[in-house]
Amino acid sequence: MSAVLTTPAQAPVQESPGLWMLAWRRLRQDTVGMVSLVIVAFFLAMMLASYTGLIAKDWAKEKGVSYANPSFLAGAENLEAKAMAAKDAAAKAPPVDLSDIDPLAPYYGEWQKRAEKIAVTEVKRAETLPFGGDKWGRDVLKKVIKGSEVSIFVGLAGALIAVFIGTVFGAMAGYWGGFINDLLEWCYNIFTSIPYILLILAFAAVAQATGSFGKGIVSIILILALTGWTGPYRLMRAEYIKHANREYVKAAQAIGASNRSRMFVHILPNVSHVALVQLSAHVVGFIKAEVILSFLGFGVPVDMVSWGTMLAEAQNELVIGKWWQLAAAGTSMAILVTAFSLLTDSLRDALDPKLK
Amino acid sequence: MTDTLLQVQDLDIRFRVDRKHEAFRAVKGVSFDIPSNTTVALVGESGSGKTVSAMAILGLLPENAIIAPESRAMYGGRDLLKASLGEMQAIRGKDISIIFQEPMTSLNPVFTVGEQIGEVLRLHMGMGLRQARTRAIELLGEVGIPDPQLRVNSYPHEMSGGQQQRVMIAMAIACEPKLLIADEPTTALDVTIQKQILDLIASLQEKHRMSVLFITHDLGVVGDIADDVVVMQNGLVQEQGPVKAIFEHPQHPYTKALLACRPRLDRRPKRLPVIDDFMKGDGRPNLAERKRGTSASDPIILEVKGLNKTFFLKEGLFGKRAVPAVRNVSFQLPKGKTLGLVGESGSGKTTVGLTLMRLHDATSGEVLFEGRDLLTLTDREMMAYRRRIQIIFQNPYASLNPRMTIGHTLVEPMRIHAIGADERERVDMAFQLLKRVGLPEQSFYKYPHEFSGGQRQRIAIARCLTMKPDVLICDESVSALDVSVQAQVLNLLQDLQDEYGLSYIFISHDLAVVKYISDKVMVMNAGEIVEMADSDEIYRHPREEYTRKLLSSIPKGWEIAKVA
Repeated sequence: MSAVLTTPAQAPVQESPGLWMLAWRRLRQDTVGMVSLVIVAFFLAMMLASYTGLIAKDWAKEKGVSYANPSFLAGAENLEAKAMAAKDAAAKAPPVDLSDIDPLAPYYGEWQKRAEKIAVTEVKRAETLPFGGDKWGRDVLKKVIKGSEVSIFVGLAGALIAVFIGTVFGAMAGYWGGFINDLLEWCYNIFTSIPYILLILAFAAVAQATGSFGKGIVSIILILALTGWTGPYRLMRAEYIKHANREYVKAAQAIGASNRSRMFVHILPNVSHVALVQLSAHVVGFIKAEVILSFLGFGVPVDMVSWGTMLAEAQNELVIGKWWQLAAAGTSMAILVTAFSLLTDSLRDALDPKLK
Repeated sequence: MTDTLLQVQDLDIRFRVDRKHEAFRAVKGVSFDIPSNTTVALVGESGSGKTVSAMAILGLLPENAIIAPESRAMYGGRDLLKASLGEMQAIRGKDISIIFQEPMTSLNPVFTVGEQIGEVLRLHMGMGLRQARTRAIELLGEVGIPDPQLRVNSYPHEMSGGQQQRVMIAMAIACEPKLLIADEPTTALDVTIQKQILDLIASLQEKHRMSVLFITHDLGVVGDIADDVVVMQNGLVQEQGPVKAIFEHPQHPYTKALLACRPRLDRRPKRLPVIDDFMKGDGRPNLAERKRGTSASDPIILEVKGLNKTFFLKEGLFGKRAVPAVRNVSFQLPKGKTLGLVGESGSGKTTVGLTLMRLHDATSGEVLFEGRDLLTLTDREMMAYRRRIQIIFQNPYASLNPRMTIGHTLVEPMRIHAIGADERERVDMAFQLLKRVGLPEQSFYKYPHEFSGGQRQRIAIARCLTMKPDVLICDESVSALDVSVQAQVLNLLQDLQDEYGLSYIFISHDLAVVKYISDKVMVMNAGEIVEMADSDEIYRHPREEYTRKLLSSIPKGWEIAKVA
């Protein structure tokens, strides 16, 4: 028995705790769910901190040597850094004297003096970085943090919008049937008959040509949401068809509940598990889809970083044995995605009053 | 009587719910014998442990069940409770077979019935395909399916509920079992079909000289077919003995209560006796009779004229086939009285109820509520009347929203119809109604699944009462309940009618219940009214053949009249 049930009988004016309050109480009992919640909250906090510039502001600074080793692998050989260093050294060697044929030779002395007035501080590039560096010597750890900003936001916002559209359309098609169902089914058929990448590209092309979705992240989110609603739509439609004729919905009609109330107050909580599972699947899918879009040049601009662009870079690095960028982006993605899936599972259980 | 076929001794079963709680003890040391060539009835309410005991014999209990080590089920010198999986699989279906309550869900919808019967024969009897098919046809003929050669190729959905149950029986007797376990085999069926199935089981039992363990909540059913009766309550055997002794000289108050709480055709007490009357009181409930009937001067609250409802089924690409569900139904409902509506499944009685509420659109006709035709009102105008006609559905497990607390369920209709000045007043009213229908106040905070079927039906009644309706349509409202709980709910409905002057339309296939509660009875068949008369009149002097047929299918029980 939960605490709710032992409420003293002589407290009739107390408002009954809502579905969400009870769900929260049940979620707190669930260790796996709570751990997942903490992890997801950590990632969200990281994303926010990075967005406000609290951390990883200087992610684009080239602080280390090219492909700097992670500090736990300090001794490992770094051929790329040596090659770069050799190149730099070659650049500093005195130039071949061409003064007898060079018409600008008389001015060199003057320029030399002027150049000496400008202070050039040679930055000593670090040999190692906490989790290694990329080709330009940028800190991979900071890149991951900065990259989470784009990836998580795109994944979450895109999935939320896609599931929202799918749920509303699915509810309408399944509940009303008839003409509305036919119309939405045709939309669904058209969307699913076009190959997925082609569809995304078509949307991306329109978005870029008209500029109507704005630039960068917002356009990615909208592209993904507008192409990704079909899965949730189809499942929600099936659930609504099933539930629309259940007796409890008929009973709600009998007491005079409006159609909207029956659709979203009565049926929705009973089918919310489908939406939740779809949400977690789509967050994962959209984080990956952003990679494809970025790779094809429709994604984030080149001056930004996301887990997707990091993974795209990592393909070339892996061949020369530089695995840390892949590891960093892949691990953070895996942790977040796993935690998110487990969290939605726990949420689904918590929202079901039958499971204690 | 001959030797004992199956001997159950000290059967004790617990269910582990979770780690925190102590295991729930469902069966507390039950012992009974099943002699060969006899029918033993296991009778009790839901939760009495009767089904669990039968499942334990077959080794079909869920994972979390614990059977106490001293429990025994001796069959042919072996203890079934300790038999290995392989041994049990050889016994199940061959020596001991089972029929479940719901034939619709027990048959696999994607195989023909012939294939399903054949599968059993091939598994246990080692028959070939052709041989199994021939035998399946024989079996279908034996259980009374017409045209077995044709029907052997039918899919389950092409058959009626009664025929499906016959197929289940054919599968169960396919291997000539020594023991047939029938778990509420007739509860989901109409009264006329129920009678046929009971007769079939009885004749098969005699013919094959097998034993039958018949599980039911309705003591009335077993009088016709059982030799021995075992009465169970809360996991204990309260009384057992030959059927004659149980019916004529019940010893335990619980058995007496079970016998008394079923409404009877020959008398109509003011209140039905319930279990508590026997268990606590002096065992002599109030037996004062209630007078029923209508008179021409009764004011009419609801009048239906020429109601028609036709459904259209799609046929082929563009074709439509009209299926008339209700044909030219007219009746009057007097204020404060009860109109019973009886008929078999598919007779259109539920459609009448739903059409009155405008949950279905009528094809034609008039529904005059205090002189206004409800069917022509706009949705907005209907809202005012919606409050005044309410419906209680058959299945209390399906008609309450599982994700809403009872409080929310009760307050919502008041909010929609702006009953009560503010939220606080509505909550107060909800608490009062809970009390009125006999539920504790904590129920307000609970969810539907935490209640039993009878309690849920009370909640559904309370939800209707929030709107202070004038007419209440009870659509098979007590059919899904155990007889003992049914009596409580019927008493509640009667009390509410006496208190608030409600008018009821009581839809049911159970003639005894309708007789008890109704002033006037309307018999429906194939969408049409067959006969309509005052309730005593129709039971005493049925005019139509169909009515007589319905009346003759009521299980006689054991001439209950002798008991009292």
